[in-house]
Amino acid sequence: MSAFDPQKHVARARWIGFTTILRREFGRIVRIWGQTLVPSAVTATLYFVIFGSLIGRRVGQMGGFDYMQYIAPGLIMMSVITNAYGNVVSSFFGAKFQRFLEEVTVSPMPNWLVVLGFASGGILRGLLVGAIVTVVSLFFTHLEVHHILIIIAAVFLTATVFALGGFINAVFARNFDQVNWIPTFVLTPLTYFGGVFYSISLLPELAQKISFANPILHMVSAFRYGFLGTSDVDVRVAFAIMIGSAILLFVIAVGLMNRGTGMRE
Amino acid sequence: MQALSVRGLVKTYQNGAQALKGIDLEVEQGDFFALLGPNGAGKTTLIGILTSLVNKTSGEVRVFGHDLDRELETAKSCIGVVPQELNLNGFESLETIVVNQAGFYGIPRAIARERAEIYLGKLGLWDRRTKMSRMLSGGMKRRLMIARALMHEPRLLILDEPTAGVDIEIRRSMWEFLRELNERGTTIILTTHYLEEAEALCRSIAIIDGGRIIARDQMGGLLRSLQTETFVLNLRHALPAAPVVDGYPIKLIDKSTLEVELTKEQNLNEVFARLSAAGIQVLSMRNKVNRLEEVFMRLTDKSAHAVGGAAP
Repeated sequence: MSAFDPQKHVARARWIGFTTILRREFGRIVRIWGQTLVPSAVTATLYFVIFGSLIGRRVGQMGGFDYMQYIAPGLIMMSVITNAYGNVVSSFFGAKFQRFLEEVTVSPMPNWLVVLGFASGGILRGLLVGAIVTVVSLFFTHLEVHHILIIIAAVFLTATVFALGGFINAVFARNFDQVNWIPTFVLTPLTYFGGVFYSISLLPELAQKISFANPILHMVSAFRYGFLGTSDVDVRVAFAIMIGSAILLFVIAVGLMNRGTGMRE
Repeated sequence: MQALSVRGLVKTYQNGAQALKGIDLEVEQGDFFALLGPNGAGKTTLIGILTSLVNKTSGEVRVFGHDLDRELETAKSCIGVVPQELNLNGFESLETIVVNQAGFYGIPRAIARERAEIYLGKLGLWDRRTKMSRMLSGGMKRRLMIARALMHEPRLLILDEPTAGVDIEIRRSMWEFLRELNERGTTIILTTHYLEEAEALCRSIAIIDGGRIIARDQMGGLLRSLQTETFVLNLRHALPAAPVVDGYPIKLIDKSTLEVELTKEQNLNEVFARLSAAGIQVLSMRNKVNRLEEVFMRLTDKSAHAVGGAAP
């Protein structure tokens, strides 16, 4: 028998390894579509009906726009964040828990590529669900596109940041409770206070200052800027935060994999 | 060339337990090598380090000359592993599992599909390729793990208890398959609790106990080291007491079963002749234990006593 020598075809072998992880993640997303793709569409519909149609009429305008139009980018971004994070944390932890992660860890794939593969699965689900929620929102409001490149860049970077966050959560998680802690006690409050439903200009000055420390505010605002052309934050700062967070979380995730944290003693 | 070279390998877990206490081990290319030891001896830790599932504390590991610290990816590409614990994704089909495994090793999908047919076929699983792995029996799961480990056609195959819980018929067919694989050039390292399996398959052997290698030899050499061997004789007629045969310690186990211990210099013909002269007819005979089992028990007992003796 002859071993496949990855040294001879490093780039191709790595590409095949990466696409194998991504293909497996896509297969999982599609296989359990009732858990991965549908819930966010249902939740978004409820938000649009309750906050948009029923309460929104009484709210009137927000930031100079119809309330429904104002919250649509926020709701899309909320679903991207939740799904990008949730996909990686449950997929990676599940693989670790059932031990079939060993299929990847015994292989010659470098750790940075494993991180990239799992994170790409999260990004993929985030974008798919984001697209579904966008379609849902079109039933309730009209979406204008102000800066398409800003929309694409903001949604992609946000999905990347939270997919990597989900990866790190899964590395440290020892049981299924710990998979849910961060989404429940950190992500949800940050998202709700992150300008999804309101402009921070409505808040008192101190609350506004505190809100600026919330990275989700910057992500949602940058994304909304792409649609509406208006933002609560400086879009350049928002992109600097997104790019910086993505790089930092990627370095941390690879470092944890290299050390074998939560996987090998 | 050496398929595996281990020098001064030490593993101390975070709780302070020292699983490996300076292992030195070499396995020649093309060998069929048994790594035996009682539970907790350090076998799985050693295999975990070889396959990058456990971090070593110190020491050096080379796989076909590739250092695990400096050429990790190349070293990993040479190894296929069948772990002791089942580690299959229960929601994936057999074909998906093995094709994906090839993908992780950089094997193009078209080649992976061809190999999936070959290895799932050889292990009698091709007809079930579309089934979810959770639907398989324990023995089939073990065979699937072997097929999965072979998808990148490794030069060194490490099998950690591959036949645990597998019925005798399937176990024999797995033996045949592994023999064929070894004859075609794959170096195999096997750990097993079925010592007859190690004796039947392996040419070289190491026994590990308490985190140290306590014996390393060719299988034949180790078996020849046996100073005595015990045989169980079934008699035609019941005896009231054990017969006395000079130079041969004989015990009466029950009324029609004797146990006789022979040294390497003694022979069975003499025993039969003397029993026959005493009017005792022997119906059948067997070794009291498998020969390798006897060596194993003696060595690990000795090792346990040595450790016990050294303790304060």
